[in-house]
Amino acid sequence: MSDAVVRLRGIRKSFGDRTVLDGIDLDIAPGEFVALLGPSGTGKTTLLRLLSGLQRADAGTVLVPEVRTVVYQEPRLVQARRVLANVTIGQRGKAARGPGLAALAEVGLADKARSWPATLSGGEAQRVALARALVRQPELLLLDEPFAALDALTRLQMQELVAELCAAHRPAVLLVTHDVDEALLLADRAIVLRDGGFALDRRIDVPRPRDRDGHAVIAHRKDYLAALGVSPDRSPRRSDEHAHA
Amino acid sequence: MTVTPLRATPAAAGLAEPEFLGEKSRNRWLSLALRASVPTLLLVAWWYTTSRGLVSTEVLASPGQVVRAFGELVETGQLWDYALASFRRAGLGVGIGVGVALVLGLVSGLTRLGEELVDATVQIVRVVPFLALVPLFISWFGVDEAFKVALIAVSSASPMYAYTYLGVRSVDRKVIEAVRGFGLRGTRLAIGVILPSALPNILMALRICLGISLVGLIAAEQVGATEGIGYLVTLAQQYYRNDYMVLCIVIYAAIGIGVDLVIRLVERTAMPWRRHGTASG
Repeated sequence: MSDAVVRLRGIRKSFGDRTVLDGIDLDIAPGEFVALLGPSGTGKTTLLRLLSGLQRADAGTVLVPEVRTVVYQEPRLVQARRVLANVTIGQRGKAARGPGLAALAEVGLADKARSWPATLSGGEAQRVALARALVRQPELLLLDEPFAALDALTRLQMQELVAELCAAHRPAVLLVTHDVDEALLLADRAIVLRDGGFALDRRIDVPRPRDRDGHAVIAHRKDYLAALGVSPDRSPRRSDEHAHA
Repeated sequence: MTVTPLRATPAAAGLAEPEFLGEKSRNRWLSLALRASVPTLLLVAWWYTTSRGLVSTEVLASPGQVVRAFGELVETGQLWDYALASFRRAGLGVGIGVGVALVLGLVSGLTRLGEELVDATVQIVRVVPFLALVPLFISWFGVDEAFKVALIAVSSASPMYAYTYLGVRSVDRKVIEAVRGFGLRGTRLAIGVILPSALPNILMALRICLGISLVGLIAAEQVGATEGIGYLVTLAQQYYRNDYMVLCIVIYAAIGIGVDLVIRLVERTAMPWRRHGTASG
């Protein structure tokens, strides 16, 4: 793994006396889509913030590529700038316009280039945020629960869109999520972060496009739910379903 | 299994239409008429009491007298000279005060070092009533234009600073974090993102600043002035011209309304992103 675009070695991070990352090692290969799962408060987002430079590790080394972008749970658009200006934000000159419009077209919002963010729906705003992240052609794309705030239908559409765009552009991706199905739909590799370490780290070798309810996916799902502490025998509703099936 | 229903029978007697708790709509013209009614009533009362001699014109000049005084000022050309002189002073003073305060507010709102260096000091200075500075400023600048402009600048600086600081502080940190990640830093971040986001606060401050500058004008034009709207107040007081005293009040009210209208217009044109309602779905 000498050509990894992300290299973490011995990462430690504590908040007070609570250690959320306890000696993490992680390599992400170019174009690899990694999903990071974990219950709330396990340090998923902390790990992502270390990669985006918003937080510092207490110990260990963090190596990331030059060009990396983030899509957050909220769109985080600048209300005072039009949609296209939001996409090309931070880039100088008129040269950014063309790629900006192309990125908007890719997320299906070419006709919204001159709109104000306040006039967009939640899903549209999040697609603008995605265009803003992709237009820079990142080597590393960080997704911090980007679908969590969307309604169920929009979430499904966004997941398909992200799958398509990542397949087309092949950035290395780290997706932080608490949704096992989402991870299994999108990722080449899914990791469960628990008690400061990786409780499960497995390649998801299911061919795409993936069927959310396919056998291969369901087989993985059980293991991941178990690793997350939602094992069938602990969840009464699920054990009932299995008993009667 | 026995099921106990919540209510035995949905007897029609026990049911009622829900009382409407939403906002009731109101006729726009009725609302407008009601708004205008109290000022109109006051005007009529003024006219009636002074014209019938119920209130001596020594105490309160009648509307007719005030209009005549206004006519006098227009005829002699003094009104425009005075207004121009005051606008020049106010414009220059507010311009300087607001400019400096805006930069200070931005600096202390944006950077921790700026906040540490600027904020505490400005907050201390801010609580000093600016009128207390009049004698000191006269001894520094004399009684000429410099003194007047400086006094107005100081008077308008403190609200602008406070509102700008507040406005910058209340810009969504998450958005700033995101756009910094996309490479927007320094002055481009301040001008492109933070300033527009803080604009509602800044315009609110501008409205207050212009109001306060009128107070500053009265104070500044009481000494060493031969023209100006504040000078008119002094003049009216010296010659005990009740009609001029009332006229001054009317002029101030008119300026106040004018300022308000201008700022409203600016608010509408300078923030096009707020004009469109949110169409979230």
